[in-house]
Amino acid sequence: MAALLILGGLLASVGFISLCLGPADISPARLLSALMHGGDTIERTILCDVRLPRILLGIAVGGALSLAGVILQGLFRNPLVEPYTMGISGGAALGVCLAILFRLGRSCGVWSLPFAGSIGAAAAIFAVYFLSIGKGNLNIRNLLLIGIMISFICSALITLIMAISKVEDLHGIIFWAMGSLEQPNPLLVRIAVIVSVVALGVSYFFCLELNALLLGEEEASHLGVNIETAKRLLFILASVMTGLSVSVAGIIGFVGLVVPHFMRLFVGGDHRILIPAAWLCGGVFLVSCDTLARTVISPTELPVGVVTGLLGGIIFVYVLCHRPEGKTRCSI
Amino acid sequence: MLDISDLTCGYASGFAIRNINLRVPAGEIIGIIGPNGSGKTTLLRAITRSLKPASGVIRLEGADIRRLKIRELARKIAVVSQSAESGFMTVEEFVLLGRTPYYDRFRFLETKNDVQIARNAMALTDALRLKDQLMNRISGGERQLALIARALAQEPKLLLLDEPTTYLDITHQVGILDLIRRLNINSALTVIMVLHDLNLAGEYCHRLVLFDKGAIYKFGLPEEVLNYRIIEEVYKTVVVVEKNPVSHKPYVMAVSEAAQEANRIFAVPKKTIKL
Repeated sequence: MAALLILGGLLASVGFISLCLGPADISPARLLSALMHGGDTIERTILCDVRLPRILLGIAVGGALSLAGVILQGLFRNPLVEPYTMGISGGAALGVCLAILFRLGRSCGVWSLPFAGSIGAAAAIFAVYFLSIGKGNLNIRNLLLIGIMISFICSALITLIMAISKVEDLHGIIFWAMGSLEQPNPLLVRIAVIVSVVALGVSYFFCLELNALLLGEEEASHLGVNIETAKRLLFILASVMTGLSVSVAGIIGFVGLVVPHFMRLFVGGDHRILIPAAWLCGGVFLVSCDTLARTVISPTELPVGVVTGLLGGIIFVYVLCHRPEGKTRCSI
Repeated sequence: MLDISDLTCGYASGFAIRNINLRVPAGEIIGIIGPNGSGKTTLLRAITRSLKPASGVIRLEGADIRRLKIRELARKIAVVSQSAESGFMTVEEFVLLGRTPYYDRFRFLETKNDVQIARNAMALTDALRLKDQLMNRISGGERQLALIARALAQEPKLLLLDEPTTYLDITHQVGILDLIRRLNINSALTVIMVLHDLNLAGEYCHRLVLFDKGAIYKFGLPEEVLNYRIIEEVYKTVVVVEKNPVSHKPYVMAVSEAAQEANRIFAVPKKTIKL
């Protein structure tokens, strides 16, 4: 419980610091007065229309990706499984590209992008799952290989779409594929935040199933867990979260892999704590990375994926190599 | 307690157990023996609903197990199997997972009562001293104790064990089976266990089920089943069956090929001399 409070506090602090930092430096005192007294100052516009949505999106996407990682690693009891290696990110990206290509955003409304992303992600996850079940047994090696192959196939198809699409669509795709938390559409930010929070709540209902699954599927069923129902719902949940993240922020790898491991190191493998902890930590991590990405060589902005990879990778390897002996309950 | 009638059940690969009829009275320890691949574990998997029967019914206390909710079934039947991955958790966390069938959608945390039941289960199995140790750091025998404690935390009426003494030395084998017998007597627990060791099966079980090629070859008292003709027929091995002078239970000794040949060499000249 203490861990969750610390992470909550950390998220609030990172959010606050991130609000202050940027090309236009706003001191904490001025930030508070701009937020408290309202008015139509430039500072308030920068805070409420530029920085705050970006921070909220960072929390939503970081939380959703980490949660998808926790769920998938728990379901497959394999530390390498995450939205990216399972081909789910690829499927989601392909879905979004097709939506951009067919201009669904304009004809059906802006929500069609996350919807298409989720459908693509769900198609990928079910394809990977059913293709890797050989004679009734899930073969984890096949699962990873097929997942990576589906990722490749999707990225090849995305390149194909880019090659044959018109210039104006190409701009849209490239802009989106770079991966950024800068989302000009406030509706998408709102959708992302709501879906991410709802997904956190729904996945919490499955924490006992995920705990029982640590023992293996058959063992979990001996403990009264309805495996097939839990698996299907959790797959859908992971697809929705990945589809949403990819469609609003592009492909941001690494978060879904590193944050769950990192949290297992600190709070253990009990999903009752791990699920909210990973969501909060995902938010902290992505908002921090994004703040660095937009301030480190300001005014030029780095792609956030560069920072997540560099920062996350180095910290993770360091912690993994320096953890005290005996504290291994983190791993799957 | 458990009533299996006309059960046929198998895998996509083609192997199946066929026409199984078995009545297990409450309070007994039943041992399932038989050669590798004869269907022993398949029967256990059918009882736990891990395998869907092609035909036949399994009744637990009169109720068809397929009609029970999986959670209700887990409150009545607990399984100790070798396939359990224990992850990286403490023994107490592992044993507390046995309380899973008693939680519901809106109750995520264990109550004091759950913790007490888990502690009692650990005390019964002598695993309480291990409660803060990690599952991946304890020995094979201790792991077996933790597995049984987790099964007891489910407060089952029927305990199924799949080869509970495999990989254990004789001290731990006897320790585990003595514990199971104590639980059977003190907690009125009905036990069905798959055993490879015929002598331990004969020593500890009230009755034995001998499987061969997916069917029950013989069901009866250890003295009836552990007969040398039956064992030689099913296991295709020459054996000698004697009575344990202390417990008066049957015990089976295999005769090696070399000893058989030596015996034949000895027997043939004897015959020749007679001629």
